[in-house]
Amino acid sequence: MIALSDYLILGAVLFGLSVAGIFLNRKNVIILLMAIELMLLSVNMNFVAFSYFLDDTAGQVFVFFILTVAAAEAAIGLAILVVLFRNRQTINVQDLDTLKG
Amino acid sequence: MTLEQIYLAIPLAPLFGSIVAGLFGRVIGRTGAHVVAILGVGISCVLSLYVLQQFVTGAAETYNATVYTWMVSEGIHFEVGFLIDKLTVLMMSVVTFVSLMVHIYTIGYMHDDPGYQRFFSYIALFTFSMLMLVMSNNFLQLFFGWEAVGLVSYLLIGFWHTKPTAIYANLKAFLVNRVGDFGFLLGIAAIYMTFSSMDYATVFAQAPEQAQAMIQVIPGTDWSLMSVICILLFIGAMGKSAQVPLHVWLPDSMEGPTPISALIHAATMVTAGIFMVARMSPLFELSETALTVVMVIGAITALFMGFLGIVQNDIKRVVAYSTLSQLGYMTVALGASAYAAGIFHLMTHAFFKALLFLAAGSVIIAMHHDQDIRNMGGLRKYMPITWITALIGSLALIGTPFFSGFYSKDTIIEAVHHSHLPGSGLVYAAVLAGVFVTALYSFRMYFLVFHGQERMDRHTRGHLRESPWVITIPLIMLAIPSVLSGYLIDPVVFGNWFDGVIHVSGQHDVLAEIGQHYHGPVAFVAHAFGGPAIYLAGAGVATAWYVYLKNPQLADTMRRRFAAIYTLLVNKYYADDFNEVVFAGGARGVGQLLWRIGDVAIIDGLIVNGGARMVGWVSGMLRRIQTGYLYTYAFSMILGLMLMIFWFVFRPMGGSA
Repeated sequence: MIALSDYLILGAVLFGLSVAGIFLNRKNVIILLMAIELMLLSVNMNFVAFSYFLDDTAGQVFVFFILTVAAAEAAIGLAILVVLFRNRQTINVQDLDTLKG
Repeated sequence: MTLEQIYLAIPLAPLFGSIVAGLFGRVIGRTGAHVVAILGVGISCVLSLYVLQQFVTGAAETYNATVYTWMVSEGIHFEVGFLIDKLTVLMMSVVTFVSLMVHIYTIGYMHDDPGYQRFFSYIALFTFSMLMLVMSNNFLQLFFGWEAVGLVSYLLIGFWHTKPTAIYANLKAFLVNRVGDFGFLLGIAAIYMTFSSMDYATVFAQAPEQAQAMIQVIPGTDWSLMSVICILLFIGAMGKSAQVPLHVWLPDSMEGPTPISALIHAATMVTAGIFMVARMSPLFELSETALTVVMVIGAITALFMGFLGIVQNDIKRVVAYSTLSQLGYMTVALGASAYAAGIFHLMTHAFFKALLFLAAGSVIIAMHHDQDIRNMGGLRKYMPITWITALIGSLALIGTPFFSGFYSKDTIIEAVHHSHLPGSGLVYAAVLAGVFVTALYSFRMYFLVFHGQERMDRHTRGHLRESPWVITIPLIMLAIPSVLSGYLIDPVVFGNWFDGVIHVSGQHDVLAEIGQHYHGPVAFVAHAFGGPAIYLAGAGVATAWYVYLKNPQLADTMRRRFAAIYTLLVNKYYADDFNEVVFAGGARGVGQLLWRIGDVAIIDGLIVNGGARMVGWVSGMLRRIQTGYLYTYAFSMILGLMLMIFWFVFRPMGGSA
């Protein structure tokens, strides 16, 4: 029997991976978007695990919502990315520093 | 008219004259201006004399009431009120009478001056201010009058405002008076702190309870509260009445027109300090320390300012130093608790010193505004009325028997002789020496101006003539009380005129001691022949006659022989230079220092520019954080989130989880 804690550890590892992906990544904005997706999935993992172990379907309903939002977000993110590339001819994270003070 | 209405009319009439002459001077013209000003002061004078007569006959009682309440703030009453008693009424009569004479005289003296209306407005305003000062029944109004006369004095010294020396002199007068006023204000504040009231009657009634009170101005040292209050008040009097070391403004104030020198800087305003101390007698009587200070300062002024009179060559400055010296005598009288004698000398001095000033003014007109006595001489022939009145004034000043000055000054000298305060022996010697000095400088001036060789140039001599009647009438009118007012010694000094008005404690009452041997004015003269003063005055006149008339070369010889002393005197003991270097220079130095350190270094350097530089530096640091990279922002968001979670998880569990 796989215990609740194993699922939670998996969620935490996935979350940690995605955080590291966000700020260690110096190259590609697409990897950034992927890391964000991964972060949402790790949260979904927690929801599903809790839903199963606490015997409450509300958690799984949330997962559906989150997946929908994540899909929409990915679509918008990719669209922005395309526009960005059109403007700047690059999607290199290192080059995107127009916010610099 | 009831007496109350009269009391109200006395100060308001000159104020009205002043406002009309000042604001509508163009409309009413020169004649209109002097008519309205003289009318105002004339009404005031007549009413004052009427009130005086009412007091003499006993028809009027001491009047003490509030006329108008300006405001009440946390229990402090700011009021205009009148205290009319025998001291006030005497001052009112003297002030308005001398002022009226000066007003009339001004018509002649300022005849061709373009600022004619302005001048009348100022002197009428002065009369109003002085009346408010003497008639006040509380410290606030006293201070108002005190400052108002100072203001008018400032305006009038600088009346000829195109003359640089006049501007310098009026600024100097104003600044020196500020020093005194600061002490005075502190004194009033101390009185309010102690008595919680600014009303004379309340303060005087409570004063004896505070006689033994101590105050710590500097932590760790106990000072008598009454001494502190009285000395602070006296510092105010020192400024206004030009006592050493705040005397420096008065000789310079001679830059103003002569009528002003007579009215303000001899007869009235400078006596405000004397009047104030006499008015505060219930306070001063409680502090022997303060009385001793008053007496010693007075003696120094009386003697050393007299010396300066001997070497001056400007006719007005001689009289100015004489005024300083005589104010010193009055102050000595106050210190010896002979308040009545001080006020009596104030009164006689007001008459004869105004007379001397106006006579000097008359001479100045005849000499075409040349004030150097070395260029005069022999004017007796050309100006008989001026001559005879100036002689009367000089005789009164030096204390010739049967003249007014004799009675007042001899009383003061006797009073000091009977005083038991520490230092009274030295003071007695100083005032006696002062008598000789007074006679010497007065008659030096008199002989140089009216007798001897005619030293003026031919052109001036051709135009020498007696002044018009508007000038000679006031001279004659002032000469009369200069002779006769001495006989008021009976009621004023040795009678009961000041009973209940001036308070003298038993062990200081020198006038009562002298009064035991007093048997009328004539006997007083006879008694004086037993003392040294009268011979000293005679010796002074004889010396002046010998040195300046009989043997004029002697003066030059003496000057060369005592060159060091002469230089010291001509430079006025270097008091001006001392002030210039120490106070003015010191103030400039402190200002320079504060400018360098405070302004340039701290405010400009540290606060203004330093603040800007600090912001620049901090933002320079902060902008490094703004890398512009997405991952840095994301990282800081995560960091913040983590901190928040840590806070939620590990926060101290207080009460509920």
